[in-house]
Amino acid sequence: MRLLDLDRLAALVPAGATLAIPPDNSATCAAFARALVRQGMRDLRLIGVPVSGYATDLLIGAGCVAEVQSSAVSLDEAGPAPCFTRAVKAGTIRMLDATCPAMHAMLEAAAKGIPFIPIRGILGSDLLAHRPDWRVIDNPFAAGDPIVVLPALAPDFAAFHAATADREGNVWVGRHRELAVMAHAARRTLVTVERIVERSLIEDEQLAPGVITAAYVEAVAVAEQGARPSGLLDEYPDDAEHFLEYARLARSEEGFRAYLARHVLPPPAAAAE
Amino acid sequence: MSEVLPEERLIGAIARLILDPSRPRARHVAIGAASPIPSAAAYLAREITGDLRVSVLYKRRGNPFTDGTGELFDLAAQGRIDLFFLGGGEIDGAANINLIGIGEWPGRTARFPGSFGSAFMYLLVPRTILFRLEHSPRVLVRRVAHVSAPGTSPPGHFRRGHAEALVTGRAVFAFSPERARFTLVSVHPGESRESVRAATGFDYDIAEPLSETPAPPARELALLRGPVAAAMVPTYPAFAARLWPAAPIARSA
Repeated sequence: MRLLDLDRLAALVPAGATLAIPPDNSATCAAFARALVRQGMRDLRLIGVPVSGYATDLLIGAGCVAEVQSSAVSLDEAGPAPCFTRAVKAGTIRMLDATCPAMHAMLEAAAKGIPFIPIRGILGSDLLAHRPDWRVIDNPFAAGDPIVVLPALAPDFAAFHAATADREGNVWVGRHRELAVMAHAARRTLVTVERIVERSLIEDEQLAPGVITAAYVEAVAVAEQGARPSGLLDEYPDDAEHFLEYARLARSEEGFRAYLARHVLPPPAAAAE
Repeated sequence: MSEVLPEERLIGAIARLILDPSRPRARHVAIGAASPIPSAAAYLAREITGDLRVSVLYKRRGNPFTDGTGELFDLAAQGRIDLFFLGGGEIDGAANINLIGIGEWPGRTARFPGSFGSAFMYLLVPRTILFRLEHSPRVLVRRVAHVSAPGTSPPGHFRRGHAEALVTGRAVFAFSPERARFTLVSVHPGESRESVRAATGFDYDIAEPLSETPAPPARELALLRGPVAAAMVPTYPAFAARLWPAAPIARSA
């Protein structure tokens, strides 16, 4: 495991990569997304597992994104995701609509190393017509039972924020097991954490079931409060006011740039040096 | 007891639908994101029966899932979720729901957040209640622009159930999957068959006699303002504080 600083961690992602990220309520990598914006990232192909919010909207607004695959993009209680909504209407990003369990299932297929996975439901949804990569086959074990099959999805990168990692690169995610599926499916997993602990997380039987083992983890960076404005497990709560501030400012291009200047980009003095 | 709030009437109406004795008994109700009124209704139904599992997705409290956010869908796929709530940017007269948007795909005129789990849950959960507070011709349309999840399915498509009802800020409709058509069952106070007609973009039948959506009886109102309000405080703090300012007293309960 490599222990890097946040900017070096974000620099591992090349333009055009597919990047899987969790939604705002599940250890989202907000500080990591802000670091990608500072780097001038281009042409990202984001994958919301299974939906996405602030980080995706921020990256779209900053011009970092070419494509989004997700079951939804929204700011939950703070309302619609403004930059996402603008970009879809303007046709400046490619949107691949999905449904939550399909996102999970496609990643599970990649994690298991199988080429596709069947899933119930979805039949009769217009999603199918717009996902030529999703097919309907006859259930080979029962006649007259059409069933959807989905291709395995192995993102180039997965990124998320967690409370703790140890020196070996084991990462504790608690009950957020979808992050483990993401890490198992992705070719490289990048993690920000609140802190590095000296003891081994994997040798503690109570913690081990909530740990992603180091074999999947490419690099870790410490980013305190790295999920903000989202909360993180028992560590800190959501910052509802920040979400509302973002939702309000991002409604216009000018407001979005003001948000970037206030919360994402380095202060002008530092930038001028 | 003070006057019944419109939200309390809705919560009571949805709780009655959950407990409808003519339907298979719900043992496990799941609630998606940002659904305070359906959540309160499920909590109220739990208080009334004393025997109902209520799982609230994506919340720090009331979220029983330990195998990630996909576990809800695995439970539903196995048939372990009995009742779920869905809404829509558009809902049409055949109970199709649209969470994609309007205009050319994927929503070049208006874009909604996305389909979430609807394309899956609508077919796999035996009982669905559609809920949308806004009751207007732009939401309740003759035909949705895009189908996130279909109201009915042809024979041969694996499907466990359909919408049973549509609850809005103006009225309650029942849904017949055989006829793929809604029937107006009750209107909330201040509404009439004419006002609902004017606000609804699809055709429907009208139950005779058409009733007013009843307020929760005193016993249910007491449960609502007591243990249900207390259960809502950690999950939907802003909603609970707005409806039941006294609820913090119950917070320590």
